[in-house]
Amino acid sequence: MSGAAGAAARAQGLSDELIAEHGLSPDEYALLLKELGREPTLTELGIFSVMWSEHCSYKSSRVWLKTLPTTGPQVIMGPGENAGVVDLGDGQAAVFKMESHNHPSYIEPYQGAATGVGGIMRDVFTMGARPVANMNALRFGAPEHAKTRHLVAGVVSGVGDYGNCMGVPTVGGETNFDARYNDNILVNAMCVGLVDANRIFTSAAKGVGLPVVYVGSKTGRDGIHGATMASAEFDEASEEKRPTVQVGDPFTEKLLLEACLELMAEDAIVGIQDMGAAGLTSSSVEMADKGGVGIDLDLDHVPMRESGMTAYEMLLSESQERMLMVLKPGAEPIAERIFDKWGLDFAVIGQTTDTGNLVVRHNGVVEADIPLPALAHAAPIYERPWVRRDKLPAIAAEDVKAPDSILGALECLMGSPHLASRRWIYEQYDYMVMADTVQRPGGDAAVVRVHGTKKGLAISCDVTPRYCAADPQEGAKQAVAECWRNLTATGAMPLAITDCMNFGNPQRPEIMGEFVGAVEGMREACTALDFPVVSGNVSLYNETMGGAIPPTPAIGGVGLIADIDTMATIALKQDGDLLLLLGKEAGHLGQSTYMQVMMDRLAGAPPPVDLDAERRTGDMVRALVISGAVSAVHDVSDGGVLVAIAEMALSSNRGVTLEPAPGGVPAHASWFGEDQARYVVAASPDKADAIHKAAAVAEVPVRVLGTVEGDAIALGGEAPLLLSTLKAAHEDWLPRFMAHG
Amino acid sequence: MSASVIVFPGSNCDRDAAVALEAAMGKAPIMVWHGDSELPQSDLIVLPGGFSYGDYLRSGAMAAHSPVMREVVRRAKAGTPVLGICNGFQVLTESGLLPGVLMRNASLRFICKDVLLRVERNDTLFASQYAQGEVVRIPIAHKDGAYFADDATLDRLEGENRVAFRYCEAGGAVTAAANPNGSCRNIAGIYNETGTVLGLMPHPERLVDPALSGTDGAKMFASLVETLH
Repeated sequence: MSGAAGAAARAQGLSDELIAEHGLSPDEYALLLKELGREPTLTELGIFSVMWSEHCSYKSSRVWLKTLPTTGPQVIMGPGENAGVVDLGDGQAAVFKMESHNHPSYIEPYQGAATGVGGIMRDVFTMGARPVANMNALRFGAPEHAKTRHLVAGVVSGVGDYGNCMGVPTVGGETNFDARYNDNILVNAMCVGLVDANRIFTSAAKGVGLPVVYVGSKTGRDGIHGATMASAEFDEASEEKRPTVQVGDPFTEKLLLEACLELMAEDAIVGIQDMGAAGLTSSSVEMADKGGVGIDLDLDHVPMRESGMTAYEMLLSESQERMLMVLKPGAEPIAERIFDKWGLDFAVIGQTTDTGNLVVRHNGVVEADIPLPALAHAAPIYERPWVRRDKLPAIAAEDVKAPDSILGALECLMGSPHLASRRWIYEQYDYMVMADTVQRPGGDAAVVRVHGTKKGLAISCDVTPRYCAADPQEGAKQAVAECWRNLTATGAMPLAITDCMNFGNPQRPEIMGEFVGAVEGMREACTALDFPVVSGNVSLYNETMGGAIPPTPAIGGVGLIADIDTMATIALKQDGDLLLLLGKEAGHLGQSTYMQVMMDRLAGAPPPVDLDAERRTGDMVRALVISGAVSAVHDVSDGGVLVAIAEMALSSNRGVTLEPAPGGVPAHASWFGEDQARYVVAASPDKADAIHKAAAVAEVPVRVLGTVEGDAIALGGEAPLLLSTLKAAHEDWLPRFMAHG
Repeated sequence: MSASVIVFPGSNCDRDAAVALEAAMGKAPIMVWHGDSELPQSDLIVLPGGFSYGDYLRSGAMAAHSPVMREVVRRAKAGTPVLGICNGFQVLTESGLLPGVLMRNASLRFICKDVLLRVERNDTLFASQYAQGEVVRIPIAHKDGAYFADDATLDRLEGENRVAFRYCEAGGAVTAAANPNGSCRNIAGIYNETGTVLGLMPHPERLVDPALSGTDGAKMFASLVETLH
C-alpha cells in the first residue's frame, strides 16, 4: 500500500512552496520524511499539515501546560478528552470546556462565532452530557475603531442564534473593548453539560474490526485548512481567507445532540469524537490512537454535499455538525434507526484495524497510509525561547489625580464602555430556556439548577486583560482568583476551571514570555485555591503585522451550590441593611478602570494578588452565605468598591447612604482602588456581630460602608446620585453605540 | 386532566412545558413525536417553543404541514383546547387555527427578557385564575414575535374580544414603550373564535417556580387544571 502511495507522491513532486504553504518548516518537513520513510502524497501532506499545526498539536504550549495542576478529589477527567469532568455528588457530573474561535470570527463574525458555539457544545455532548449552559468571553477593539460595531453585532447575533436554536441557555460572560484587539478580536465560548458519572463517553476506539460510522451533516468544501489558518498571523490579505470559515446549522446540531444522546442510552458505542478542527482527519486519528488500533477509511461512503471533492478536501473539510463513532459489533441497525428518526446522515465509512496505520482510500486508490504515532505523537514539541517582562513599578495613589467629585466619577465609570451594562448583548441570548436558570446574567456568576434537584452550578468567565498586559503572571493569577471569587460570592464551592489561552505569535520571545508568565500565575493560583484545570484550549498567533493582543488567559470556572435556597445574589434585599466591605484596603489604582476612564491612560503594576488572603476571605464569605448571615454579596473587581456598591444598588433599585472613606488612603483610592480578595456584603444589623466575629477569626478586615436606604447613592459633602440618573448612564452607552456610535 | 405536548425535532421548550404541566396536573403529559399521525386522546394539546424544523423558511411554516398537525387542526376544530407558546403560536397562525402572522421583531434582534402583560380577559379556560386587567410578568424569548394582521382582522379580533394579553406598563397602560417587538396594538396573544385555542409569544412555562424569580406563569396552568380537571 505504501508503495502505491509513494508512487503517487513521486508523481506529484511536492515543491518547497507547497510545503511552506502547508505551514511546515523545512525542519518539520524533514521530520515528516523521517517518520514516513518516504515522500508524502499531497493528501498526506495535508494530513500532516493539520495534525502538526499549532492548533491541533499544541507544539509551542505543551511543555508549559503540563505544569498546571489538573487533579483533585473532585476531578473525574482532566485535560486530554473533549472536555473536563468534575464530580457533583449523587452520581452526577459536570462536563465543561472553553474554546476560542478568534480568527474565523474576525473574518466572518456571525458564522465564526456561531460555529464556535456549535463546536464547544459538540465537545460536551460527545462525552454523553446534555449541555445546560453556555457562556462567552468576548474581546473587541476600541469602540471608535471602524470595524468594532460590525464585529459586535455579528458575533453577538451568531452566538445568540446558535445557542437559542439549540435550546441551551447562554447565561452570561464578559465583554471588553480595547484598541489592542482592533485587528484580532477574541471569541471564547464555554459550554457546561450534565452527565451521569457512570455514563461518560470517550473517544478511544478500542477493538479491531469494528465499524467506523459517520453521522450528522454532509461534507462540503467549507473550513478547509481552518486549523492551519488559526495557526498563523493575520496580514493584509486575511480577508481573503473567508472561504476557510465554516458555516453553522444549529438545527442540525440540535438533531445531532438528541440523536447522540438517544444512542448513548443504548449499549452501542465504543468511542465517539466530534469532527471539529481538521474534521475527519483529527477525529479518526484521535480515536484510533487513543484506542491503540489502526483505522481504514473509504471516502467513497462519506455523505457529500457537493460533488467532485478530492480526498485532500474531504479529509481537511471542517463542515460542521458531524460526528465520528466506533460502534460495537452489530450495533449498526440500532444506530441507523435512531439517526434515521432524526433525519441525519448515517454511513459506515471504515473499520478499525490492527495495522496501526491510518489508511485512506478514495475511488479505489490509496490516498494516504500513515503510521498513527507519526500523526499523534511525532509532532515537534518546541521549547521556544522566551523572555520575562520587567515588572512595572507600583503607582502611589497620591500620584493619581483625584476627581472633582467622587459620585461624578462613579457616574462616568458606570457609563463608560468598560463598565456599561451588557444588557444589549445578553438580551439577545435566550438565558432562560430549560427553565433552570436561577441566577440570570448581571450577577457575579450565573447559576443553573441541576435539573430535578436543589443543587446549583455556578459558572463564571474571567480575565482582566489590562492587568495581564502589565504583568502576565500577576494578571493570570488575578484571573483565576477573580473567577474563584465570583463563584464564591454566590455561595458556591469552586470546583475546577477550563482555560482559553489567547496570545500572539509564540515565535517571538516576548510573547512566549507572556505565555510562560501566565501559566506560572495560573499554576500558583490554581494550587493555592484547590481549583485545578480540567480542560482548555490555546489560541496563538493572535496578531496582525507585528501587533499582538494583550495576553488573555480567559478562565471559565464551575462551582457547586448544595442548596440553591441558600444562594446569594448581588441585589440588595431590604432597606436598613448594613453594607460591609470584607477584605484589606490598600487603595491600588495602577491599571485601574478609574485611571482608564478618568485619565485615559493605564500605568503601573496591576493590583497584587495575595492568594492566602483570597482563600481566607472567600472561605469566610461562603460560610456566611450558607449560614444566611448575609443578604447580598458582590465581589470587588473593575472599578473598585464604589462600582460594586452601585451595581448592587442598580440591580435592586435600592439606594445606599455611605459613610465617608476611612482616610488611610486618599478617598478616590478608597472608593475606586482595585485591591483584590474583597467582597461587599449586605446584612441586617442584627447579623453584624456574627460577621465581625467570623472576620476576626479569619483575620479579614471589615469596614462599614453604609446603609441601604432611599433612591440614590448618597455620600456626605456631595449631591446624591439618583439611581435613575445612574441607571440611565449605565444602560445607555451600549445601545447608543450600537445604534449610531 | 390529561395533556399532550407535540415534539417537533427542533422543539426546545417541550421539557419546560412538560415540567410546568406536571407541576399543575400532578402527572406527566404525553409527549407526541411530530412524525406520528396518531394523536392520543387528551384534554389539552400544547405546541411548545423552539425552532420546529429549524425555521429557516418562515417560523412555524413547515411545522404547519407536518403529519401530526393535520390531526391537531382536526381536534382543535372539534373543540379540544390547544395552547401554542412562542414557536407554537407561530405554528398556530401558519396552520390557520389563528389569524395573522408573527413577523421579525422591530429591532431585528432576538429578545430575551421579562415583559409585563395585561390580562385582557379572564373568562377563558386558560386565564380563569388571573384577574381581569391584572398585570403579570412573563418572559419573552424570540426573534420573530411581532404580531401582524391587517386592520380589519385586528378590528375583528378586538370586536370579538379575542385578544388574550397585551404588552403593557407596570400600571397596565398599553404604550409603544411597553411594546418589545413591534406587535400590532401590543398584542402578545390571541384566542380563536371559541376561546379554546390560545397562541401567545411569552413563555408562561418559564415562570412557574419561585426559584426562577417568578410564578405568574403558573396561574395559566392552574386555570387549565381547574377547568379541565
